[in-house]
Amino acid sequence: MDKTAALRIDYSPLAPDGLVLSFAGRLDVYGLGRSWDEVLARAGAREVRRLVADLSAVQGLDGAGIGLLLKLRLDKEAQGGGMELRGLPERYRRLVDLYNPDRLKSAPAGAWGETSWVARVGLAGLALGRDLRQMVAFVGECTLALCFAARHPRRVRWKDTLLTCERAGAESLPIVLLIGFLMGLIMAFQSAMSLERFGAQIFVPNMLGLVMFRELGGLVTAILLAGRSGSAFAAEIGTMKVNEEVNALLTMGLDPVRFLVAPKVLAAAAMMPIMVLFFNFASLVGGAVVMLSLEFPMATYTSRVFTNLDMTDFLGGLFKALIFSLLVAGVGCLRGLQTGTGAGAVGQSTTSAVVSGIILIAVTDGVFAVSFYYLGI
Amino acid sequence: MTEPALDIAISVRNLTCAYGPRVIVRDIGFDVRRGEIFVILGGSGCGKSTVLKHLIGLYRPASGSIAYAFPDRGGTLRMDREDGQDREAILRRIGVMYQGGALFGSMTLLENVRLPLEEFTDLPSAARDFVARMKLSLVGLEDFSGHMPSELSGGMQKRAAIARAMALDPEVLFLDEPSAGLDPITSAGLDELIRSLSRSLGVTFVVVSHELPSIFSIADTVIMLDKKTQGIVAQGDPRELRDSSDNPLVRQFFLREAAGAEVT
Repeated sequence: MDKTAALRIDYSPLAPDGLVLSFAGRLDVYGLGRSWDEVLARAGAREVRRLVADLSAVQGLDGAGIGLLLKLRLDKEAQGGGMELRGLPERYRRLVDLYNPDRLKSAPAGAWGETSWVARVGLAGLALGRDLRQMVAFVGECTLALCFAARHPRRVRWKDTLLTCERAGAESLPIVLLIGFLMGLIMAFQSAMSLERFGAQIFVPNMLGLVMFRELGGLVTAILLAGRSGSAFAAEIGTMKVNEEVNALLTMGLDPVRFLVAPKVLAAAAMMPIMVLFFNFASLVGGAVVMLSLEFPMATYTSRVFTNLDMTDFLGGLFKALIFSLLVAGVGCLRGLQTGTGAGAVGQSTTSAVVSGIILIAVTDGVFAVSFYYLGI
Repeated sequence: MTEPALDIAISVRNLTCAYGPRVIVRDIGFDVRRGEIFVILGGSGCGKSTVLKHLIGLYRPASGSIAYAFPDRGGTLRMDREDGQDREAILRRIGVMYQGGALFGSMTLLENVRLPLEEFTDLPSAARDFVARMKLSLVGLEDFSGHMPSELSGGMQKRAAIARAMALDPEVLFLDEPSAGLDPITSAGLDELIRSLSRSLGVTFVVVSHELPSIFSIADTVIMLDKKTQGIVAQGDPRELRDSSDNPLVRQFFLREAAGAEVT
C-alpha cells in the first residue's frame, strides 16, 4: 500500500466547546488500529459538546472507518452532545447511509445471560444428576438391546460386529502385547530388586502370576480399550449425531442403541477376554526375560508362576475384564449419543468417553476387590 | 498477458480446471466487470463450483490465467502465479460465502464475524466488536450476535456468512449457491440483500447458482457452463438469453425442460 494514503488525524478546538477532527488519507480497517482508541478518548472528553468530523481529505473509507464515525456519533449523543460530518465525498454518502446507527445503540444481548457461581454450582449438580440418570437409563436400553440380540440372533448386525472386532480387537494386538511385555518386565525387575535384600527373588514369579492374572491383566487391557476403542466409538457415533445420521435412524424406526451400540458392545465383550489372555501371556514373557537374566532356570520360572494361582483367579480376572469391556464400550457409545452440535462437541464426547471409561473401570475394580474378598474368591 | 481494462475486476483467460487427469472445464475465458453481479450457472456437475474454487484459489488451474484488478491498491494480481505470491494479497480483498454457510459452530455469530478482523487488523477489541456488529446489522442479524450458528435457521446462517465474508470490506464477494435450500420468501430476501449491497457498497459479486428466479432477479451477466462441452455455452444478460437464445441447451435450462424432452 502506498505511504501517501496513510491515515492522518488532526485535532483542532472549535470555540466555544467543540472539536474538529480532520481526517486525511485512508480511513480503513488497516489504518485505524493505532488511532481508534485515541480518537474516541479525545473526542469523548466531557468538555467537548460539539464534534465536527472533516472528511474532505479522505481518500478511502470502508466499514471500519464508518464504524468509527458511527461510534463517535453514538457516544457523543449519549453524552447529550452532537456530531456533524463535513466534506463527506459524495461517493461515500450511500455507504454511510447504509448503516443504521439506531440498531447499534443497545449493547449486544447474549443468548444466555451471565450466571453467578452459586447458580453454576447448582447447574453443575443438576447436570451430574442428569448424567447419572441417563447412564442408568442407557444401561437398561443396552440390556434390552442385548436381550433382543440373544432372542433374535439373525437380526444382529454381524457385519458391523465383525468389523468392530477387527478394529477394536485384532488391530489392538500389537499394543496389547507390547504393554503386557513391558508391564511384566518392569514389575518383575522392580520386585526382584526389592526382594534381593531378603534373598526372596525366587518368589517373583509367584507374585507376577497372581498380580497379572487376578488384577492387572484385565485392568490395563480395559484402560487400553478405553483409550483406543471407547474414544473411537464416541467419535464415530458423535459424528453421526452431528450429521443427523442418528436422527435419520430414529425416523426410519431403527433404535440407535440396537443398531449402533449393540454391535460395538458385543464386539468389545467378545474381544476383551482374548486380549487379556494375550496381555497376560506377554507379561509372563517379560517376567521370564528378567528371571532368566538373573540366572534362574526357565523350569523354575514356569513351575512357580502358577503355584499360587488357581482356576478361580484366572476366571475371576477374565470375568472382571468382561465387565470392564461392557462398561468401556457402553460409555463410549453413550457419550457419542450425547454429542451436542458442532465439531467441538465430537472432541468433547471423545474426551469424556475416555475419562468416564477409566473412572468406571477404577470404581468397578474397587467394588470387585471388596466383593471378591467377602465371597472368598 | 495484457493488463485487464480498468472496469474489469476479474479477467479469466484459457482456464482449464481438472482434478488430476479428469478435466472438468476446458479453455474457458470471461471478464467480470467491476460492480456487477456475475452469475455462473449450469446444471449439476457442470463445473460451476469447480470454477468458483479455482477463482478463489482453493485449487490451482491446470492451465490458463486468473487476474484480479485492484486499481486503488496495487494493480493487477494473478491468482494462478506459480510461486503463489499474489494469492495472499488477493484473499485479503475477496470474501467467500460457502454453500452451507461454513460458520464456525463453536463460535457465536459475533465471534465468527470478528475473526477476520482479529487476524488481519490491529483494531482494539472494542472496535472489532463494534465493526462486527455493524456488519451483522447490515444483514439484519444484530440482535443475534450472541447466538451460536446452530441456533439459527438456514437463511439466517447464510446471511451471517455473508456478514463474515464482508468483515474486511472485500472488493469482490463470491457466493456459492446462496439460495440453495431456502424457501422462496427467504431466498427472495437474500436476493434483495445482495442487490442492495451491490448497489450501495459497489462490491462486485460472483454468484454460483442454478435457481432461475434468483438468477433473473439479481444477475447483470451470466455465463452458462455445460457438462458435455466442458465449456461456456452462453454468455450475456439472462433475460435476453431466455427470450432470444437459439441454443437448445440454453433454452432447455431456462424453460426447465428435462434433458431429451425436445426429441419427442
